[in-house]
Amino acid sequence: MILQELDISAEQFEQATGWKIKPEGACKGDMCVPLDQSADFDLKAAADRLRMALVHDELAGLWALGPESLGDRALVTAEAPELILNDLNGNEFRLSSLRGKKVVIVSWAPY
Amino acid sequence: MSLDLTGAEGSRKFIEAASPEHPSLLDPTHQMDTLFGVVNIPNVVWIDEQGMIVRPAEPGWPGGRQELPAGLLASLPKMGRAPKAPAPPEGERDPRAMLATGQDRTTYHEAIRDWVAKGTASEYALSPDEVVARSEPRPITKSEGAAHFELANHLWREGNRDRSIWHFNEANRLQPDNWTYKRQAWSLLGRERVGGDYGQFVQGPLEGEEASWPYDSDFWSDVATVEAGAYYPKTLDVSAS
Repeated sequence: MILQELDISAEQFEQATGWKIKPEGACKGDMCVPLDQSADFDLKAAADRLRMALVHDELAGLWALGPESLGDRALVTAEAPELILNDLNGNEFRLSSLRGKKVVIVSWAPY
Repeated sequence: MSLDLTGAEGSRKFIEAASPEHPSLLDPTHQMDTLFGVVNIPNVVWIDEQGMIVRPAEPGWPGGRQELPAGLLASLPKMGRAPKAPAPPEGERDPRAMLATGQDRTTYHEAIRDWVAKGTASEYALSPDEVVARSEPRPITKSEGAAHFELANHLWREGNRDRSIWHFNEANRLQPDNWTYKRQAWSLLGRERVGGDYGQFVQGPLEGEEASWPYDSDFWSDVATVEAGAYYPKTLDVSAS
């Protein structure tokens, strides 16, 4: 997640990371991580709880938020995350639209 | 999913030549890495009808005849070593043999067919706990590496090359086993400097031009440091079933 400032909303955080802020904490799939919600959404605090690295490039005036590293594994749940990507013609495709079918995702690259 | 920063520019001819009947998507920011733990290509993830991952990212091949396009290797210019590349390990080690490790490429697809036929009864379908436990290791340093990669990707597309390459080097230092990050970074310069159909496979400095290579390593230097079975881990064995 590329950021120009750290003052973002819980909704923006969810859209970029898949972690939804609920009364019980930050939640993804069947996992919830408690957060202090006595004040407005605090990106730095949430990143710290979810073990997401926050990297600042002062020269470029940008921040980048890395993915969660809870449990020292790439996945915190077996529930597939939402994935939204475009095809060659710019049409948006959602992985969740294939629910009800078996899916095999093949990652490749032209290099 | 094509994990390439250049998006349609770099992937179009391959997708159109294959004309797949399934969705074929562009992943220019490598979301497959951050969301699923992909660290090399080709990598495969299996997801069931309920949206549950039953095999996390792992090397996988379609079976059948697999070979490089005619003329690819012959067309590549002589390459040198990145000045800062790690020293090659002592003893004989064939880097090309390192790339041939992993699943049995001719039978991997049979495991997929077994799962399609048997569902959760397939021996290849993993439980949710196994899926999480067998997903890619990710200490906080790898999250930091992913953040640097995202900055590199963003800054490259904005034309800020020097800053982008600095972040690519940081991403590669923090995620030394992420070959999609490395190959992405190195291929961008190969594509520019060599061009043609296969320039993107020149993932290191040309011989005699080592001093102008801005990355801390290159493909063949890094492959030479990999232990057998680490480039493409073997995660299942169809022939043993």
